[in-house]
Amino acid sequence: MDLTVAPNPFFWRADAVRGFYAALADAPVARVVLGELVCSKRLPFWQEEIPQAVEFLQAGGKQVALTSLALITLKRERKLTADLLDLGLPVEVNDLSALHHIPQGVPFWVGPLVNVYNEGTLRWLARRGGTRICLPPELPMASVAVLAKVAQAEGVALEVWGHGRLPLAISGRCYHARLHERAKDSCQFVCEQDPDGRDVDTLEGQRFLSVNGVQTLSQAYACMADHAAELRDMGVSALRLQPQSVGFEGVCKAYSRLLASELTPAALLENLRLAHADMQFCDGFGRGAAGASWQGRAATA
Amino acid sequence: MPEPIGNVTIPRLFTAPMHILPLWPVSIALSRLARNLLRTHPEILRRIDKYQNHHFELDITDLPFVLRLDPARAQLRAFRRGAAPASDARIAGSFAAFLAMLHGAEDGDTLYFSGALQIEGDTSAVLALRNALDDAELDLGAEIANALPFLAAPLRQSLAPLERLTGLHLTRADTTPEVY
Amino acid sequence: MELVCPAGTPAALRAAVDAGAHCIYCGFADETNARNFPGLNFSRSELAEGVGYAHARGAKVLVAINTFPTAGKESLWHSAVADAETAGADAVILADLGLLAHTAQRHPDLRRHLSVQAAAANPDAINFYAQAFDVRRVVLPRVLSVEEIAAINREIDVETEVFVFGGLCVMAEGRCSLSSYATGRSPNMNGVCSPPEHVDYATEGSDSVARLGGFTIHRTPKGGVAPYPTLCKGCFTSGDKTGHVFEDAVSLDASKLVPRLAKTGVTALKIEGRQRSRAYVAQIVRAFRAVTDALADGRDPPALALARLSEGQAATTGAYAKTWR
Repeated sequence: MDLTVAPNPFFWRADAVRGFYAALADAPVARVVLGELVCSKRLPFWQEEIPQAVEFLQAGGKQVALTSLALITLKRERKLTADLLDLGLPVEVNDLSALHHIPQGVPFWVGPLVNVYNEGTLRWLARRGGTRICLPPELPMASVAVLAKVAQAEGVALEVWGHGRLPLAISGRCYHARLHERAKDSCQFVCEQDPDGRDVDTLEGQRFLSVNGVQTLSQAYACMADHAAELRDMGVSALRLQPQSVGFEGVCKAYSRLLASELTPAALLENLRLAHADMQFCDGFGRGAAGASWQGRAATA
Repeated sequence: MPEPIGNVTIPRLFTAPMHILPLWPVSIALSRLARNLLRTHPEILRRIDKYQNHHFELDITDLPFVLRLDPARAQLRAFRRGAAPASDARIAGSFAAFLAMLHGAEDGDTLYFSGALQIEGDTSAVLALRNALDDAELDLGAEIANALPFLAAPLRQSLAPLERLTGLHLTRADTTPEVY
Repeated sequence: MELVCPAGTPAALRAAVDAGAHCIYCGFADETNARNFPGLNFSRSELAEGVGYAHARGAKVLVAINTFPTAGKESLWHSAVADAETAGADAVILADLGLLAHTAQRHPDLRRHLSVQAAAANPDAINFYAQAFDVRRVVLPRVLSVEEIAAINREIDVETEVFVFGGLCVMAEGRCSLSSYATGRSPNMNGVCSPPEHVDYATEGSDSVARLGGFTIHRTPKGGVAPYPTLCKGCFTSGDKTGHVFEDAVSLDASKLVPRLAKTGVTALKIEGRQRSRAYVAQIVRAFRAVTDALADGRDPPALALARLSEGQAATTGAYAKTWR
């Protein structure tokens, strides 16, 4: 089992992006998906960083793929999607319409925002050219177990969400702009103020969600540390880690040591809290419970 | 514009005597009605499904007593307000609101959104009951006449004028023919 | 234009047909459809009877099998498709790739519509589904403006269906796990959003509070109505802002946009609300039938007064107006 770094869903300044991927070149992860996932309006601000990031990462021995947008509606966005193939890297499909641009027989990856819930869908994608699939985070372990068997039979590498705020929803409406009482078309890129998303709490102060432009994430960080061994035994081949603005190198190292059995799940959590003292965790989806709940064994260890 | 359904109440002329009458004859008549109704409309229990064993308090706010429905035992009994045993779910509203919903004249959600109906307790059970009764296309007058034949003739003569007099939906609103 | 109307029960189906629906959509009483609520939906025999009732009066019946089949339990969804065909359904409404592939292969003559749960939001996505699975009609997600719908229709050659009234998802449909994050049950897996068994209404001090899975979604002064705690319509706090971060407690009313939607080339207008009663269905269907009849006759459509039927008793035209975003 190894590690995949998810595309960064947040809006970071170009220099932050540059520093992030330069550092990631040396991190103990097997592959990195990059590109703009959430909002095409952000891309002009940092797209110049992509070629160099790819170069750094490949020089560091990482496999690199480019993600499609999560929700493609505009003509410009469709063109952008069609152009992804020109870069000669695998495309990670996070909106099924990207498939329209990928010729039959050209291999592609499937991201967690595509609804792969069952054997029929997994088989269809595999036969269409899908070679690596990251399952939607809301799937319970029972489903993962069934799908892992099918993936093995179809020669598909299967990934499961391992760490990070969960991508829960995508919308046509920009919540960052709405919170700043701006229209989406004149948002002035306010999402840049919140490099890990803007927290949304209940009226009683319960920590709940986090908005990131048109995306809604969990406020808690999913952490599958407790389930890693079980997932490996099922045949899952990678855990996916989502970038965060602080301490991500530590996150990669901690999960890498967990997979190498050098770190217990409890020690991994302690490690994560070093960088983020008030980091809140969740792992409920795997158990078929509320996704927000946290019953990791490590929680009580 | 007709009066909003939430504002229509039973005239006090009718409810005043109920304060002093004993409730056991009411309970006997109501349970007979419920038994008859569930027997002639078996689809109601099928739709209520796993909530059959739940108890529902129907608080008709302009009546001096509350009703407690036990679908599995086909019991519908009256209790003085505050004296009913605990229920799994409670629906409160005016007689007019309950009748309008039962007779397909008003939508339950609409009544709820406007505050004419209130819900407490197990929301799933309330939905199951509401949906089951909506599908059954009941006409309360016909059901009463069925269950309590001695009331059939007076009901037949009085419902239409009473409906005009009170503004209550005393008969089924839609007239979908029973052709299949 | 075709009016596609909801039916959660056989009684609602008959009410919709009698009120003038051209088309009724409904689902089986299990996790195969996206309105899997207690007391709702159709048995196999009820569907067959409903199809008979509709067909005798010139109306069609579409069966929504639009959740994403559970791994290891696909046969439940496969038999739903087979049983819909047996019952004489005019089409099935599907969202899952695997189920579309299965249906195209095993039931080639059964007309396939793409559910809004598939969130096909651009011509590439629609053409992909049309080519891969011979989908004949696409229900467009509620993230598009009228102008975008017109542009889409110019680039595709399958029918489109758009929502004009009822509950409004603010997220791309079929791509939202907010409900399962709070409760463990989701539209995609279980056919329920903000499921009632996880709803808790409480009176605290002078407030009415509505919670979902323990998370406070609404708090209103007592006497006011605490709306049903649908997660994306809740009231939350973010930094110095408190309010409806995602959407107000409103529902969609695009009745005034019907003439413009007609010009975009849309084939069918869809009314949401399989969870609502037969009274609701009859009122909305009659109102919208007056609009489509007026349009067909070249008359100005009547203005509809439907706000009181809406959640929150307030309405929006949603993403159809570009400013909504």
